[in-house]
Order: sequence, then structure tokens, then C-alpha cells
Amino acid sequence: MLDEIAHSQPDQPVADASPLAGEARRLVYSVDGRNLVDNVDLALSATSLTVVMGPNGAGKSLLLRLMHGLIAPTAGEVRWGGQPMDVKLRARQALVFQRPVLLRRSVAANIRFVLKHRDNNSPERLQELLEEVGLADRAGQPARLLSGGEQQRLALARALAVRPRVLFMDEPTTSLDPASTASIESIVVRAHQRGVKVVFVTHDLGQARRLADDVVFLNRGRLVEHSSAARFFQNPESQAARDYLSGRLVLSS
Amino acid sequence: MHDFSEAFRLALQLLVTADADLLEIIGLSLRVSLSAVVVACLIGLPLGAFLAIARFPGRSALIVFANALMGLPPVVVGLFIYLLLSNAGPLGWLELLYTPTAMIIAQTVLIAPIVAALSREVVEQLYNEYAEQFRSLCLSRRQTVGALLWDARYSLLTVGLAGFGRAVAEVGAVIIVGGNIDHLTRVMTTAIALETSKGDLALALALGIVLVTIALSINAAVMTLRLTASRYAYA
Repeated sequence: MLDEIAHSQPDQPVADASPLAGEARRLVYSVDGRNLVDNVDLALSATSLTVVMGPNGAGKSLLLRLMHGLIAPTAGEVRWGGQPMDVKLRARQALVFQRPVLLRRSVAANIRFVLKHRDNNSPERLQELLEEVGLADRAGQPARLLSGGEQQRLALARALAVRPRVLFMDEPTTSLDPASTASIESIVVRAHQRGVKVVFVTHDLGQARRLADDVVFLNRGRLVEHSSAARFFQNPESQAARDYLSGRLVLSS
Repeated sequence: MHDFSEAFRLALQLLVTADADLLEIIGLSLRVSLSAVVVACLIGLPLGAFLAIARFPGRSALIVFANALMGLPPVVVGLFIYLLLSNAGPLGWLELLYTPTAMIIAQTVLIAPIVAALSREVVEQLYNEYAEQFRSLCLSRRQTVGALLWDARYSLLTVGLAGFGRAVAEVGAVIIVGGNIDHLTRVMTTAIALETSKGDLALALALGIVLVTIALSINAAVMTLRLTASRYAYA
């Protein structure tokens, strides 16, 4: 049902439905002279579900924010669909944060807030999104009184409300129980099946195996490896990735 | 001592019988201070929100300035507005001196910095939490300010109440620009000052009781708002 609507929206330019391939060129982000993201070259396909892995401090969240244009790179550039990153491109993307940032309003009002700003404030669309994330019976409740898993599902619904071509997920299930994690994953997979490019940061190897088409492995701000999931999990190229997969400690600094 | 208890009895009588003069004074007080709060909020809230989210050279200085203005002595504000509105002043042609409008202006000048400085603090705290999410959603500055003001609504209401509390209780500014004219610019605080100096303690006491009741009610309202807000996790 969502699929039909995604393709039948008349007020959106055709280009909005086109897939967006992402690209980072010699991307550097440094603070006080330290390169937290260090010369990263990356090409992301327009359709795959990309999982970004690496130890703490590897620069995963920073890379996500750079690719989404939330922070400006110290050097290098980010492109989507061949265009340099700008506000217009960011408006076609969405990011779900590790800790959901919910407005001090009801569940429905949190989604309506986004729909309103995207000129698509129809009750049907709201209902659809609520059902997509299983919160239809919670619509009137204060968003901040939801459980952790429900809050994250609401954040996800709000992200989907912008009809993103690219969906960034920054360790969204880190503090959630298995049932909530499974529910987040299935919503993300459904969105991906509808053609949304997903870039998913996770620490959880099981989750990475379940979701990934391709894996980006970072260590100490550098891109160590980018390969298909099958290849990465069976035969990783780098020592750091082999250590990480075998559960050995990979020290990031 | 006997005089005092007699005065107290008379005060209660004035209150219970809803004395016309008493009501007139209370009514004018509320009208002046509520108007001042509304105008101060119209100026102070957007200004506070702007200071909270904008980054420009001199921002810190402006914040320090606004914070310093919170402590403006009412008599100095009164004097300043008096100079502006007096016949020889630049706005003398408006002929506003010794009118309720002049009192509203003075109280607005007194509390607008309070509203701006406090709301800046409230909104900035919220913005720190929302900023990345809002940038991700590509909201314009106007949309951002609107959303922040709405989400901070409970805290901002208490800011407004704090401003009202200060306005309704001050005497220095309104007595200078209003002149404490009977049936025209006499408000609770100026009436208390005058009646006490005249020795008519009954009216002064009655007004004092009303003022204290208003102060208590404001505090109760603030407390209720906070409780309601936190119950719904809206604060």
C-alpha cells in the first residue's frame, strides 16, 4: 500500500523517485588537528542495504552525519546522485538517531509535524505511517511516555514520513530488547524493499548478518574495507575486520 | 495594636463587600500588568528564541546585556519613560504621561528583558536537544523557532507568569509615569504606598491581601503547570 502511494504522489518531481547513489571523495573530518574521519573514499550503490561497522571511535556516526550533510567535512566532498550534498538532497533523506529525539507532543503530532512541513498532512498518510510502525493504538499518547522500543519506532515513522530516498540509521537498536530490535529491523527491511537506500550503523554482528547487502568497515577513522556481506563475513580482507569478527578486541586508538 | 486589628477588620469588610474603589484599583492593576505581559511576551519570546538559535558576532554580549536588564530598578525605568513621555521629551506629543498606557509602556520595558532572557535560556536548552533532528528535517529558521516555542510552551508560560508577578508588584515605575491619580492611574501598589502614608491602613491592608493572594495564585499556577507538564513528559 505504501508502495503505491510512494509512486503515485503527483506533486513530487520525477527525480525524487529516482534512486540516489552516494559517494564520498577523500572525506576528512578533523577536530583539533585529529582526523576523526580520515581520507575516506566510498561509493554506495543506490539500492543496497549498507551496514557500517567498526569499533567505538571508528568514525561510523561521523561518517553518517557527513553523508547526510549534518556536519561539513574538513576536506573532501559528499555526492548523491552525482550532485554535491546540499539541503535539497538532505530533504530527500532521513536519519534515525541512536537516542530518538521526540517532540514534546503526542505520537500522532510528532508525525504530523513532519507531514505538515512536507505539505502532505493527510489523515490517511498519518494513519498509514502509524500502522506501518505498529503505533496506531498509541496515536493520542504523549510521545515521551512510550517505551524505548516504541519511541524508536515513532522516530522511524517520522523518518519515513519524509519519503526518504536514503534512510540513515545510527545504531537505532543499541539499547533495545530483541523484540523491539526485530520490529525495527522488519520496518527497515520493508522500506528497503520499497526501494529506499538504507545505510545502517550497528555494533551487532548478528544484526549486520541479518540485514547487510554490503558492509563498510571503519577503523580509526579510515575505511578499511567495503565489500559484499557474503564476502565480508566469510573472508574479510583486513586483519582489523578479521579480529573484529572473531570477537577479538580491536583497539581504536 | 487596637488600631491594627480595627484596620484589619475594615480591610476584610472592604473585600467582602467588594468595595467599588477597591475593585476599580484592582481592575486597573490587572489591566495594566496583563497588557504589559502580553506586549512583553510578543517582544521577548521571539527575541529570546532568536538569541537561542542564532549565532552571530556579539551574541554573547547581547545575552549578557539582556540578563543585566533583568535587574533594572523600576524607578530608573520609570524615570526613563518619564523623560521620553514628558512634554519636553521626544514622545511628549503623544500626551501619554499620567495615563494607563504610560504605565503599560513602563512595565513592558521592565519585564520584556525578563521574558527575553528567561525564554532564551529555556529555548536554547531545548534547541540543544532538537538541533540535529531539525537540521536533518531541513526546517527553516522560522519553522524551527515556531516548533521550539510550542514545545517549550509550559516553561514559557511560567516565564510569562514570572513577568506578570514582577509587573503587578512593582511600584517605582508606575508611580512616576502614572502619577497615582485617583480613578485614573491608581493601581494596587501605588494605592498602598499612598494610603499607608496617609494613615488609611484599611484600604492599604485590603489591597495588600489581594496582592499577596495574587502572588500565591501565580506560584500555585506555576506549580500546577509544571506538574501537568511533567506528567505528560512535556517539560
